Formats: sequence, structure tokens, C-alpha cells
Amino acid sequence: MKNRSLLQNNFEPLHLVFMGLGGVVILFIIAPLLGMFLKTSPYEILETAGDKEVINSIWLTLWTAMAGALFFAIVAVPFAYLLARKEFPFKRLVSGIIDLPIVVPHSAAGIAILGFISRDSLLGQAVEPLGLNLVGSPIGIIAAMSFVSIPFLINAARDGFVAVPERLEKAALNLGASPIRVFLTISLPLAWRSILSGLILMWARGMSEFGAVVIVAYHPMISPILIYERFSSFGLKYARPISVLFLCVCLAIFILLRLLSGRRENVTRR
Amino acid sequence: MLHVDNLSVSLGDFKLSDLSMTVEEGEYIVVLGMSGVGKTVLLELLSGLLKCDQGSIKLHGKDITHSKIQSRPIRLVYQDQALFPHLSVRKNLEYGLRCQHTPVSSMNRTLDALSTQLKIDHLLDRAPATLSGGEAQRVALGRALATEPRLLLLDEPLSALDPQSRATIQMLLRNLHRGGQTIIHVTHDYEEAVSLATRIVLMENGTIVQTGTPNEIFRSPKTKFVARFVGIRNFVAGELISASDNLNETAHFIKNGIQIAIMTESGSGPGYLMLRSEDITLSNKPDETSALNVFKGVITDFIQTSAGVEVVIDIGFDLSAIITQKSIQRLSLDIGKAIFISFKATAGRFIGES
Repeated sequence: MKNRSLLQNNFEPLHLVFMGLGGVVILFIIAPLLGMFLKTSPYEILETAGDKEVINSIWLTLWTAMAGALFFAIVAVPFAYLLARKEFPFKRLVSGIIDLPIVVPHSAAGIAILGFISRDSLLGQAVEPLGLNLVGSPIGIIAAMSFVSIPFLINAARDGFVAVPERLEKAALNLGASPIRVFLTISLPLAWRSILSGLILMWARGMSEFGAVVIVAYHPMISPILIYERFSSFGLKYARPISVLFLCVCLAIFILLRLLSGRRENVTRR
Repeated sequence: MLHVDNLSVSLGDFKLSDLSMTVEEGEYIVVLGMSGVGKTVLLELLSGLLKCDQGSIKLHGKDITHSKIQSRPIRLVYQDQALFPHLSVRKNLEYGLRCQHTPVSSMNRTLDALSTQLKIDHLLDRAPATLSGGEAQRVALGRALATEPRLLLLDEPLSALDPQSRATIQMLLRNLHRGGQTIIHVTHDYEEAVSLATRIVLMENGTIVQTGTPNEIFRSPKTKFVARFVGIRNFVAGELISASDNLNETAHFIKNGIQIAIMTESGSGPGYLMLRSEDITLSNKPDETSALNVFKGVITDFIQTSAGVEVVIDIGFDLSAIITQKSIQRLSLDIGKAIFISFKATAGRFIGES
């Protein structure tokens, strides 16, 4: 009721044009996805869901992307705190380096990672006695996924920490808390929502990665690569059901996490 | 108990220089000054949130100049309370105790006593965002007091509050002081200073310009700045006899047997009368005026000031009036001459002593 009257009061023909343009954008995003759904029969999806290769790839994609995000959460979140709070020499350069993966073409990123973990590299030689070959292993996949998605986590976490008033940290210190206690009980909980949304972004970005992973590890096959393989071997019709299935799984988890993190916010507000 | 020696710090344009002060156990020090003179910086230096460039801070004989913030037995209550928004009132109160690894049973005992004393026991499960200004201030005080600090620092604890909560908190602070808590309280409000302080420290441009009891500061401001800041030359210690319940009746302030009618809502008791020099009128005859206060006195001094001539009149105690040179000639005033002074009951301002 209130919204409607607001709309009427502020009626502006120009906004109608803008809304029309917005409609084009929304359609551009929705239409291909919707088309893909509509052209796939439920039978095909069910059949694909029973395909062991497909299920394995989806599972592999989910856990490798998650593992990368969690590992780097432990390593990168404290660093993000430092970026938010302290001034140090070459800070701008460091920030630039963190954003670098966003601009590096993903196939080039894959090549770089491959050189880094191949058997000839220092890292490859270091783990060879353990009987490990990083190329074509889940670890290689995690490395490639994390490389292209880490900026999302660090930047979100840094913004989260920046938004925590420094005064609260000082108040905690004044009450006798050690710096690590202040970090764990004040800074981290207050920045938690940003960190969580950074984690979700990093995870989602990692799962959708194709270019970097395909160079580092064609096998074991993550879903984006399996989709590509089905497409190039059998054609569009055979790549569609697995695309739909993978998309559904991603969307479901994405929406669930968004809801969970949204609920947290309500709790703290109340 | 607290000895501060030649404390100096530079923060961009601001400089705090050569600040020295001593605080005895159980004192209630009010640091009074305009905004930007470095009062908050002083508190941050004492609590260790800021590092000083020079000088030393000793607490109970122990040099704490370079001690870590978390190891100083000093608690600071921020002007905006700085309660932790993600923790309940209870968790906020417990925070300092948890840092000291206090056993749960003794923590609960402290919390019970404290929340009863501060009247916040009904708020324990609330989130800080839902508290009123006065409630939040009481919780912030409780959080600081839970760990029984040697020294309590208060940064403008009353300025953001409505008059009602202000009175409550003021009462609370007075009781804390009576209980032996050593307090340093920073404010720009001289009424707060007069009603709470055992000693006032006046700050100007990053340093201390005068230290003394409220009486000393207001009776004999050392510098022109102090005088101007204080703004009131007539500062009289005495006793108030409050009017009956009738609000329209005036109360009486008594000093050396002389009764002065004033309007105030304060209850009876000792305190200070403040009277602006500009509000006092001089005349050669006891005119019939609406002013309730008319006294006969003797002129004892003339002091030239930028605002006019300050005439000091003894009516049993000294009062000063500011008048123009022209008026002096017109009334042919001179030292030793008897004169009548008058002022309205509403001109007098009473501030009760603790």
C-alpha cells in the first residue's frame, strides 16, 4: 500500500525507460538458464543423477572448492585483519598482488600453477618422495581453484575488519584482554558476516572454475570439465542434463548458506 | 598513588606537553577543559592506549609508563560506552573477569553484587543496542568496575545523557567515590566538576594550567583563561535551605548569616552559589525593584577588565559586579563607600556538594 503510493507520487517517465533496460538485463541472465532447464526432461535429469561419473564429479567439485576456501580462511583471514588495521611499507603493492588473480586469464593462471606444482618444480620434487604427484590430484585442483578465487575472501574479510570500530578493540585491551583474545572474541565475531560471505563467494567461484583446473588436472574430473567433455564428445544434448544438475546443487547450497548467514545477522541485531 | 611526570606526546597538530600531576588514593579528580585541550589524550596515555613520547607514569610506586595496556589496573569508560554489540549485557560485564580467568562462582558473585549496585540486574540478558543511554552508561561502568580497578577513568560520562539519567549516574559516581574508588573524570562542564570533584585539574592547550579544590579554582582563577572559562567570579560556599514543596517559592542560600533568595530544585544541604558579575546591579539607594535580593555593602576594590570594571563589594562576604566606567562616575563610586547591590532570585545558581 505504502509502496504503491510512493511509486505513484514519484512517477517519472525516464524511470520507465530504465526499468525496461533492466528487464533486458534480467532476461539476458534468466533466459538462457531457463531455456536450458526447459529443454531438459525430468527423466534425463534423473538418469544423469544416477550416473556414477556425474555424482563423483559433483562431489569432487564441492569438496575441493570447500577445502580450498577453508584452508585459506585459516591462512588469509588473520592477514586480512592486518591489512585492515596496520599501515606498512608497500601496502598498496601487497593489495595489488592480492587482486592479481582477478585479472590473470584463467588458462594462464593454470599454466602458472602447473609450473609451480609439476614434478620438475621445487614443490613437486619436495613431495615426490612421499609418493605424491600434485598434477592431476585433488591438491592440484584445490590449488588452481584457490588461486583464482582467493581475492574474494581476502577482500571481503578485510572490509569486514575495517568496519569493526577500533575503539571496541581498545576497550577490550583496556579490560585486560591479550591481543589474541581481542582478535578472537571481538574482531573476528564482529567481522564474521563479511568473512562468511567472502567464504561463500570464494567457494562458489572455485566451484565454477574451468580454465585453470583443466590445465592442472583434467582427471579426476570436476563438474565443469565433465560438462565440457560431454559436450565435445557427445554434443549439446548430452551436456545439458549434467549442467542443470550441477547448477541446481550449487544454487541450493548457495541459497542455503545465504539464508543461514542472513539469520545470523538478525540474531545479533536483536 | 598516581604520579605523572612531564608527560609529553605529539599527535599531528596536537601536542600534550610537560604534563605533571599527582592523584592520591580515594580522590575524585575532575579534569576540566574545553574540547580539544587534550583531556581524552591524557586518559588514553594513562590507560596505555597511546604511547607517550616523554615522561613517566607511576602507579603505587611502580613505573607503568611502558607497561602493556592489558596489564594496567586502570579501566577507562568511554564517552560512547563502547559496549561490545555482539555480546549480551552479562557477557559485557564478565569480559574483564574472563580475561583474568576468574572462577565462575566468584564471577557470578561479583556480577550479582555489581548489577544490584548499579541497578542493571534486569538488563543482564539484553543486547547493548536495546539499552537507553543511561542504562548503557551504567553497564559500561559496571564492566569497568567488575575487575576492581585501582583507578577508574571516565571520559565525559554525563555529557551524552538526558537530565534524568545524568542525575542518576552522578549519584552513582558520588557513591563510588564514597566507597573509596579513585576516579579521574574528564569533562567540559564546570557544574559537573563542582558537584563531583574533590580536586579540579584545569587544562588548556595540552597542559595543566591550574589544580585545586573547586573553591580555589573558582575563587581565584590563576590565569585569564581560567577566569574566562569559569566565567563566574562570584563563587560562594554555603548552605541551602530549600523551599517547602511549593515550587514557586524561593529557597534560601545562607553564608555568614546572610540569606540569599534563589530559585533551585536542589534539596537542602551544603553547596556553592554561583552568580554572574553581570547580573548584579549597584545603586546608591535601596530602590524598590522586583529583585528579591538587596544588600548593603562596602566597596573594597576596583579591577579593570576587558569587559568593564569589576567592583568588589563586601556584604559580609565578597561579591563582584561588572559595570562600565561611565556608571562608576555617575554613581561616584569609590573604595570604602557604602552601596546597595541587588540581583534577582533567578540569577543565582546553586550546585549541591556531594
